[in-house]
Amino acid sequence: MSLLTDTAGAHAPAPASEKTSRGPRESRLSVVVATGFLAVIAVYMLLPVFWLVVSATKTQGDLVDTFGLWFSDFHLIDNLRALFTKQDGVFLPWLFNSLLYAGAGAAVGTLLSAMAGYALAKYRFRGREFLFSVVLGGVLVPATALALPLFLLFAKVGATNTFWAVFLPSIVSPFGVYLSRIFAAASVPDELLEAARIDGSGELRTFFTMAVRLMSPAMVTIFLFQFVVIWNNFLLPLVMLQDDRLYPVTLGLFTWQSQVSRDPSLQILSLTGSLVSVVPIVITFLVLQRYWKAGLAAGAVKS
Amino acid sequence: MTADRTAATAAPPAKTTTAPTPPRRRRNWAPAFFLLPFFIPFVLFTLVPVGYAFYQSLLKTERTGGTFGRKTTVFAGFEQYREVLGDSEFLGSVGRVLLFGLVQIPVMLLLALVLALLLDSTVARLKRFFRIAYFVPYGIPGVIAALMWAFLYDPRLSPVVELLDTMGSAPDFLGSSMMLWSIGNIVTWTYTGYNMLIIYAALQAVPSDIYEAARMDGASEAKIAWRIKIPILRPALMLTGVFSIIGTLQLFTEPQVLRSISTSVTSTYTPNLAAYSLASSDNYSEAAAMSVTLALATFVLSFGFLKFTGRKAES
Repeated sequence: MSLLTDTAGAHAPAPASEKTSRGPRESRLSVVVATGFLAVIAVYMLLPVFWLVVSATKTQGDLVDTFGLWFSDFHLIDNLRALFTKQDGVFLPWLFNSLLYAGAGAAVGTLLSAMAGYALAKYRFRGREFLFSVVLGGVLVPATALALPLFLLFAKVGATNTFWAVFLPSIVSPFGVYLSRIFAAASVPDELLEAARIDGSGELRTFFTMAVRLMSPAMVTIFLFQFVVIWNNFLLPLVMLQDDRLYPVTLGLFTWQSQVSRDPSLQILSLTGSLVSVVPIVITFLVLQRYWKAGLAAGAVKS
Repeated sequence: MTADRTAATAAPPAKTTTAPTPPRRRRNWAPAFFLLPFFIPFVLFTLVPVGYAFYQSLLKTERTGGTFGRKTTVFAGFEQYREVLGDSEFLGSVGRVLLFGLVQIPVMLLLALVLALLLDSTVARLKRFFRIAYFVPYGIPGVIAALMWAFLYDPRLSPVVELLDTMGSAPDFLGSSMMLWSIGNIVTWTYTGYNMLIIYAALQAVPSDIYEAARMDGASEAKIAWRIKIPILRPALMLTGVFSIIGTLQLFTEPQVLRSISTSVTSTYTPNLAAYSLASSDNYSEAAAMSVTLALATFVLSFGFLKFTGRKAES
């Protein structure tokens, strides 16, 4: 019945040790070949990241002159100082903007999605299936197809080049509604809602105190993936924003990179900046791993 | 776009067999209260722009009274679409992303499948570490991934090119013949781990008794993977496929970033780049017609793919 708890259970107790112990038949050779292959792919996945870490510690000169995959003079602190003071310290606002667009946008978006998904799963009303099909259609509309018309519409009300021009479109996640509906149907039992009603709890209170708690693994998953989508969104800020003080960090680094031919020092700075901007997102994912994996697994069962 | 790929995890609309007690009058407002906060922005920032793009695509801008005359916008029917479909650069860009998809998507999904199967099997070691390592690239924004790889492709800076040169000669990653595959490598690098995780999650959900029984009957690990696991994974693979198709047709960030260091990427390299450059030169109507055409092509291709793979599943 309860998808979420089932799959969370399947994940939690160290499946690795259980699995390695139960296969006595595999030969040493196949272990070596399989692990070797996995290791080669791991090198492919991690090498560019390692290169980025190494490069961020170099001077502009060493970046060109020394071998890229190993350290030379350690220059990271100076690079960081230069990074945060370049162009009157515009980098810090960029980071802050990204956190605001992605953090606040994903938080609001997750809440809206959870409410709508919950209503679509737990109430019966006229037009429910129609609304759900419209949402599903929305999932298939590519975000990039929306950027230009959104720009023209915001231009009509004179709202381009503002925080809201990037923030407001980001809070809409039809896909979040879709997932929320599945999760709400699976993890919020009707008996519990009925019991809450009999106890005299209002619909709102029932949702915010009970349903939200039951849906929380799903909500963490939706939050994280929407966070990544907004953090990665490039075209929308690119068309909407002219004022570089409003840029998210990705757009800022892109503009630096495209000016390297005029100002070569921007090269090492955009590398250091890339490293700095990647760290928070990777840490968030690793820290919240348990939650989003349970959510992802629960989704996968449904297919 | 990326989150939409999460759809692979989920599947056909949840069965809504839930039957709450007949609604009493006093809570009739509740669904509206829960739905409106989502649907108001959804209408404003998704449905209205779609409608507006379509409306815009039916117009054209004309100048009355010579080159410096007043600009007027008139209704033009499907003229812009005729323009778009006759635009050889646009058609070329569509062909380019189709070729890209035919090669890159199978490579990526096959790699993701093999990795997921190995991580789920009993033969590999250090599985926890590998799982995390493969997922790291997904956490890196597309712009930054492209910036990083741009450096690694650049013959003046790249240690990879340096190493390849000592072994023979490195290809010109930024040259026009390699460019499409250099972009393909960035996309593969970013999304393989993500797709692997979805496939892996689907595998983990299968009760292990099934494998246990197969092993008792003397089936090898490879046979279990081929005969039991891959058929179970069909829905997950179909959906990762669909979302990869959508992502491919929308390709924009990686080529746009590489444009800043290589002339091999033209302003009409992908359909989205073409639409973006048209809009930058104020030709909104044709840009809108391009976007609508592209969105329609995406619909047709993804439904076609689902239908094709779905039918094969039945037979």
